[in-house]
Amino acid sequence: MKATSIHPIAEALPEIVALRDKLSWLSDGLDVRSLLWISGYAAGLAAAQQQGNVAAVAAEPAAAALSILYGSQTGNAKRAAEKLHDQALQAGIAARLLRLDDYTPKQLAAERSVWLVVSTQGDGDPSDDARRFVDVLRSKRAPRLPQLRYAVLGLGDASYPKFCEIGRIIDERLTELGATRWFARGEADVDIVSVLEPWSRQALEIARDELATPNAVASVTPIRARSNANSWHRDQPFAAEVLANQRITARDSAKDVRHIELSLAESGISYEPGDALGVWPENSAQSVQAVLSASRLQPEAAVTVGEHTRPLGEWLQREREIGKLSRPFLQKLAERSGSAELQHLLAAEQRAGLSSFLSTHRILDVLRAHPTGWDATSLVTALGPLAPRLYSIASSRKQVDDEVHLTVATIAWEAHGSTHHGVASDWLSTRTAEQDKVRVYIEPNTRFRLPANPETDLIMIGPGTGVAPFRAFVQERAAIGATGRHWLFFGNQHFSSQFLYQVEWQEALKRGQLQRLDLAFSRDQAEKIYVQDRLRQQARALYAWLQNGAHVYVCGDATNMAGDVHRALVDVIEHERGGGREDAEAYLAELDSAHRYLRDVY
Amino acid sequence: MTDNNTLSAVEGIKVRSRLLRGTLVESLADPITGALAEDDQMLIKFHGSYQQDDRDIREERRQQKLEPAYSFMIRTRLPGGVCSPAQWLALDGLADQYANGSLRLTTRQAFQLHGVIKRELKPTIAAMNAVLIDTIAACGDVNRNVMSAANPHISGAHAEALEWARRLSEHLLPKTHAYHEIWLDGVRVDEVRVDEGAGELGESATGESEPIYGPTYLPRKFKAAIAVPPLNDVDIFSQDLGFIAIIEDGKLIGFNLCVGGGMGSTHGDTTTFPRLADVIGFVTPDQLLAAAEAVVTAQRDFGNRIVRKHARLKYTIETHGIDWFKAEVEQRLSFRFAAARAFHFEHSGDRFGWVRGESGNWHLTVRIEAGRVADRNGRNWRQALAAIARIHDGEFRITPNQNLIIANVADAQRAGIDALLQTHGVDAGTAQSPLRLNALACVSYPTCPLAMAEAERYLPDFGAKLELLLVQHGLRDVPIGLRITGCPNGCARPFLAEIALVGKAPGRYNLYLGGDRRGQRLNALYRENIVEADILATLDPLLADFARGRSGDEGFADFLIRSEAIPAPPSVQFAASTRQSAERAL
Repeated sequence: MKATSIHPIAEALPEIVALRDKLSWLSDGLDVRSLLWISGYAAGLAAAQQQGNVAAVAAEPAAAALSILYGSQTGNAKRAAEKLHDQALQAGIAARLLRLDDYTPKQLAAERSVWLVVSTQGDGDPSDDARRFVDVLRSKRAPRLPQLRYAVLGLGDASYPKFCEIGRIIDERLTELGATRWFARGEADVDIVSVLEPWSRQALEIARDELATPNAVASVTPIRARSNANSWHRDQPFAAEVLANQRITARDSAKDVRHIELSLAESGISYEPGDALGVWPENSAQSVQAVLSASRLQPEAAVTVGEHTRPLGEWLQREREIGKLSRPFLQKLAERSGSAELQHLLAAEQRAGLSSFLSTHRILDVLRAHPTGWDATSLVTALGPLAPRLYSIASSRKQVDDEVHLTVATIAWEAHGSTHHGVASDWLSTRTAEQDKVRVYIEPNTRFRLPANPETDLIMIGPGTGVAPFRAFVQERAAIGATGRHWLFFGNQHFSSQFLYQVEWQEALKRGQLQRLDLAFSRDQAEKIYVQDRLRQQARALYAWLQNGAHVYVCGDATNMAGDVHRALVDVIEHERGGGREDAEAYLAELDSAHRYLRDVY
Repeated sequence: MTDNNTLSAVEGIKVRSRLLRGTLVESLADPITGALAEDDQMLIKFHGSYQQDDRDIREERRQQKLEPAYSFMIRTRLPGGVCSPAQWLALDGLADQYANGSLRLTTRQAFQLHGVIKRELKPTIAAMNAVLIDTIAACGDVNRNVMSAANPHISGAHAEALEWARRLSEHLLPKTHAYHEIWLDGVRVDEVRVDEGAGELGESATGESEPIYGPTYLPRKFKAAIAVPPLNDVDIFSQDLGFIAIIEDGKLIGFNLCVGGGMGSTHGDTTTFPRLADVIGFVTPDQLLAAAEAVVTAQRDFGNRIVRKHARLKYTIETHGIDWFKAEVEQRLSFRFAAARAFHFEHSGDRFGWVRGESGNWHLTVRIEAGRVADRNGRNWRQALAAIARIHDGEFRITPNQNLIIANVADAQRAGIDALLQTHGVDAGTAQSPLRLNALACVSYPTCPLAMAEAERYLPDFGAKLELLLVQHGLRDVPIGLRITGCPNGCARPFLAEIALVGKAPGRYNLYLGGDRRGQRLNALYRENIVEADILATLDPLLADFARGRSGDEGFADFLIRSEAIPAPPSVQFAASTRQSAERAL
């Protein structure tokens, strides 16, 4: 193998061709391992340069044949885009991968071929990194794009009415702007793979025919800048020992929130404040049993799917999603049971009805309501794969060494005659300290990082378990002796029972690691008080902090809180600047562009 | 030990407090914690409240990374323990609205609410004041709630005693405006009272000063009571300052004055001890306030402000001698004390059931175990008493034995009250054994920060076991006084009981024996740090001996001393002039 064949886009980049001699000299006599290391090293350098010099990159004309753009909140769209990028490179396509917060619609005018992989959040909102892109694209400022051909892969959750809304909006808007739809939009539900795979197969076939550079097929997998030293990842998780599983809401709290401590000892795993921990849950024995009895199957039955043969019980426990109901599963159940009711729900014009059905029913509910003659293999193939859940990390390695801490709200509710539990929170909250292990990996969240400057002030808004990353932030900033100030807004229902990490915040205040703490306990008085109300009450001081360069972080519920907090921030800015609504929104948008208004909402 | 010359930390807090203000307003407003700032935790006692926490869940909450479940006990100032039905209903409502759903009747004839959280403290205290019940000086280094004989059946003298208790309480109230500022937004429930205090000095721009106490108040708590013989329900010899009513031909002619009583002690520290008050003379009613003030100011000036556990009046007197103290007090007065008069106490308990008073009205004394008015186990005292309060025209009187008198009931109302008790599963308790009827217990766990062992929650259990033992020895109907406290601080006056359990550690108690039933003799430590089985095993042979050797209606501890099972502990030392008559009476 020759060093020159490592990077397929070398042909398209003359300045790199010019370096070929140097590279040959450098790589002469090196083994595969060393060459791979150099590849990774160079990719890392490139990524660092790109991050440090966004404006310069943006000004350059697109050199790649294909740009893959993504907007991702929880990492699914990012992962899908990365996979597409890898596959494109392997197919000999000079592709580049870009996140939408480093990209503007104006740049589209210089593109010829683009794939967009975008997720939709909550009630039809874009992911935070795509917010600005979508706003501009929908505005009059968007350029005409007659030269562009594009394809969109939307990701979403069919249990929300505006399923894959952002994908649809981008798709339709690009057509309006004169671009050519290269091929049909894909819409992936929570069971991403079932849509992603056929869509990417089709996409790659079409693109290879039109874009691939002859003889440039890479024979090694490029090592990407995003990969860190961790050898553990989503598909190869680390089995972390549970060190503590401590309820941190009082006995009279209806909410059961756990502080979970896991050991990463000897894993070599590192993480940064703001990162998330991916947790591979298992389904509880009770829920597996319930599915088995509803489908009248025995756990011992051997089932082979793909290369794997396992007893049905094990498939259900470790490999299959048996809680959250998805459209594909409902489709298969409708086919098997012949239920007119289900088929009616699945009809195209029933989108709103379906999404409400999906969000109010669990797999068990429909299995019970529509009994049909399942065989073990059909059940396993009908069910989607069990997916990992992401939790914002609540610790700094500088304080907890090789541990990682999580703040987990356990979720349980009554519906259709039985108690349902959130799969991962139930799994985590039933782990026994110093006995059980949990399969985990780090999901980096580069969009939710501490400011590089330790003198910068932080405004942290994290009600409920949204406070988790701020525990990590305050730990980290204390450990590095940061001189910037810290202001935390926390809320929950009750002061006495749900003030998460109360004693730690009190200590932090005493030690000067936290300068201000504003609390909103919604149900301790007649009128409901939320963090957004506290923001408005503190308008003057907040604006002074912003003017002083503070970064604003928001973490927690995306459905209501994030929007309420956003509006409150606009109110605060409008009130203090007196320049009207648009001026306030522009001010906040500038903070966003400058990466000073950061959100980790879910 | 504390440095010989350094004032105790609490003195510094008082000096800096600007007449009991401290940073209470800021502490109450601090949303980060359910507690007060440290200094304010001391100051709030002067306002009638203690910061506490639910000790049952303290460790659990520590693990939950939550601060302790802080709440506040609020104690009323209620001279003589008398309240109206309307006041009763108001407090009953507050028990549900802000507290733990119960009312606690205390051994100082006050109400306590428990479990009031910080942000509801102010509305609770304001609501109490709205029905003219304040909490000023119910705790703290000041004169506390003034007690007065509760037994109403000698009501003429009793009414006078009560009136003097009220005047004494008013006279010794702190005059700071802090209470009204903090809890009532500056509104004064009784403007006259405050203005009088200011007028006496007339020097400060705000008209605010403490003419009796001075800016640092007393070195330690100060307790006063008025007893009306032959009943010593107030345990007059346990008080810092006691007045024993002297009645001749049905008329109150004055009071014997006694000083220097007190219960509190520290386990294992022999420099601390319970002490019986000394009778030092006789005063006429019109001399009472001046005499009381002189005792208070002498203690203010000579009490130990360096070592807080030696700060009570009893230690001042032990240090300087009773004769010196008497002279010091007299020197502050325009008169000398007359010789103490003869008096006689029969017992210190309550008389249960209906009693007819001089006016012809009726008084019903009901047994409230450990003073806890709650609806529990089908015995719905709160509902019963609230229902009675709605139809009652008389008043309620809390007894110093944690019981309640429904007082001044017209003949026609009696049946209705009996019926309401029955409806709610309760009765006066007359069928209970004397042991159960007379036992006392302090609050202790889960709220009292000083508690070392259970008391109130343990009384029913231990009472039943001891009662069983009495039954086995044929002693079921013999009155034997039992008191249980969670610590040696002495809230249920344990050191006067025939049998006392004083908490050492969870499930462990010091066993004291030897008090009498008149409240005139201390008990003494008999066994240290023992568990229930050992307590019962220790008492069993003593009770067996008592059952065999009792003479007449001899008391249990009297028998133990006579039979030399225990040495005689200290008892009240009467001055020469009272000795003869007192001895005759005894």
